[in-house]
Amino acid sequence: MRVNGVPNIRTCIAPLKENIKVETQEKLPSLPSADFNEYPKETFEVDLLVVGAGPAGMCSSIEAARQGVRVLLVDENMDVGGQLIKQTHKFFGSKHEKAGTRGIEIAEELKKEIEELQKQKKITLMLNSTVIGYYEGEKNKHRFGVVKRESYNSILYEVTCSAVVFACGAMENMLLFPGNDLPGVYGAGAVQTLMNVYGVKPGNRVLMVGAGNVGLIVSYQLLQAGVQVDRVVEAAPVIGGYHVHAAKLRRCGVPIYTSHSIKEVYGKDCVEGAVVVKLDKNWNPIEGTEEKIKCDTVCLAVGLTPSTRLLSQVGVEMEFIPEAGGYVALHDRFMETTINGIYVAGDSSGIEEASTAMIEGKIAGIAASLKLGYNKNAEKRLEQFIEQLNQLRSGPFGEKPRIAKNKITKILEGKT
Amino acid sequence: MKEYEKTGVLSLKDLRLPNKKQLEKGVAIIECIQNIPCNPCVDACPFNAISMKDINALPIVDYDKCIGCGQCIGVCPGLAIFVVRYIDDKALISIPYEFLPIPRVNDKVEALNRKGEFVDMVVVKKVVKKGKTWVITVLANIEDAMNIRNIRVKL
Repeated sequence: MRVNGVPNIRTCIAPLKENIKVETQEKLPSLPSADFNEYPKETFEVDLLVVGAGPAGMCSSIEAARQGVRVLLVDENMDVGGQLIKQTHKFFGSKHEKAGTRGIEIAEELKKEIEELQKQKKITLMLNSTVIGYYEGEKNKHRFGVVKRESYNSILYEVTCSAVVFACGAMENMLLFPGNDLPGVYGAGAVQTLMNVYGVKPGNRVLMVGAGNVGLIVSYQLLQAGVQVDRVVEAAPVIGGYHVHAAKLRRCGVPIYTSHSIKEVYGKDCVEGAVVVKLDKNWNPIEGTEEKIKCDTVCLAVGLTPSTRLLSQVGVEMEFIPEAGGYVALHDRFMETTINGIYVAGDSSGIEEASTAMIEGKIAGIAASLKLGYNKNAEKRLEQFIEQLNQLRSGPFGEKPRIAKNKITKILEGKT
Repeated sequence: MKEYEKTGVLSLKDLRLPNKKQLEKGVAIIECIQNIPCNPCVDACPFNAISMKDINALPIVDYDKCIGCGQCIGVCPGLAIFVVRYIDDKALISIPYEFLPIPRVNDKVEALNRKGEFVDMVVVKKVVKKGKTWVITVLANIEDAMNIRNIRVKL
C-alpha cells in the first residue's frame, strides 16, 4: 500500500493519523522522490541488541539490564508486548510465570519494568523500527542496520553491539484451498489483533479452522466480542489444544468437528460461505461428506512458523525441525547459536507457549550478560530458569518442544 | 482415544466426584483432566485442600478439607472449577463467567450443560468479581447439579 505517497508501507502497523492518504498499490512502485531516499544516518553502540519486544525479548532485555548490560531493544510495532497485548485469556503455569494473569496484564507489568530501566538509562527502546540486515563489523562485534520510521520518514541506524538476542517470534501458516484470497479469510492472530487491540469486529459469523490452543482461544474471544462461531473444524482426529479451552467453547454451544477440514471458500467479492468436508484416517477428504456453511469470516489457526530470516542472513547454522515449526537456528541450552554472542529465544527458536518464551528470554539475556562479563548471581539464576523451563516442558503437552529441543541439541553435539 | 479428546465434552465417568455428604457441605469440582503445567488453584486454596504432585500433575481436591468457598474458581486459567452445594432438593452451582452482560442477583438466566444445550431456567443467587472473571452462583434442581456448567443471559 501507498501511504501519503510513500510506497511499500505495511498499513496493518502504520498508525492512523488525521488526513492520512492510503492508496492501493497495484504494481511495483516507481522510485520515490529524492528527499524520501535521503535517510539521515546515525550510529549507535550498545552491549546487547535485542530484536523483538514480545514476551521473550522483553524478558531478555530486563534480565540483561538488571545485570548492568546496556541494552537496545528494537521492535517494528508501535508498542512493546508482541502477541501478549491481544491475549485476553489467563495464562497457565505457576506463579513464577505469572499464572492466572492475562497476557495483556503481563504485557503491562513487563512494560512498566522496561520503562523503569529506561529511566535508569539501562535500556534504550526503539519502536517502529526494523532490523534490516547484518553487516561486517570489527572483530568480536556485530553490526546491524536498523530503520526507524518516523511519520513516514526514516532514520537509518548503524548499530554495533557485542551480543544479540533474536526474539522475532513467528508467522501464521496459510492453508491452500480455492477462495483463500477472498477478503474475510484471516489468520487467527490477525483476528485477535483486530478485536483485542484495535477494537474492530472482524465479521458476524466465523468458521474457525484448527482446534489447537490458538483456534480454541480465538473462538472463545470471538464469542466474547459478540461474534457467532459456526463451528471449529480440525483435520486431526483429536483436539490439539487443551481440553479446558475446548470445554469452554463447547459449553457455549460451539461444536468442534475433528477429522474435518475446509475444502473451499465461496463468494463474489468477499467470503459468503465455506464448504467443509470429513477426512478419512489418512486425512483424505471423503467424497459426499461436503457441507456448506454460511459465514462471512474464515479464520485459519493452522500453526506458526518461526521468523528466522535475519538469523539465516547472519549466517548461524539452521536446521529444519518439524516439531519446532520449521527452520530454526541451532542453539545450546543457554540459547546461544553457532555464532559466538548470537542468541535466540521464544517462538523464533521453536514454536511454543508465551510462558516458555519468557523463560527462554531470561536465559538468553542472562547468558549474554555472563558472556559480557556481568555476574550478579547470574550463574545461579541461569540454572533456576533452566530448571523452570524443564519443569514446564515435562508434561505431555511439552512433548513436541521437548522433541524439538532434543533434536537441536543432538545435531549441535554432532557438529562440535 | 477418549471421547472428550474428539468432542471437548466430559462425561461424569471422566471425573472423580464427591459423595452426597460432601456435596451437602459444598465442594469444588475441578474438571481438569489433562496434565497441563499449571497450578494457581493450589496456591489459591486457603484450606490447603487442593494438592498436586508436580506442576504437570492433576489437581486433587480433598473433599473433606474443602468447604466450597470458591476462591479457586476465579483463578483457574482454564475456567474449569465449579462449586456445587446441595440444599435439600436444590443445588447451588457456582460457575466462572466472562461474558457481557453480567447477570444480577435474582435474575432468571438460562442454564446450559457441557454441550451448551439448554437445561432449565435458574435464578442467580450470588455474583462475585474475581479479577476480570465473574463467579455466578445459581440455584438449580439437584438432579441437574452435575450437568449445569454454563449460563446464558438473554439480552
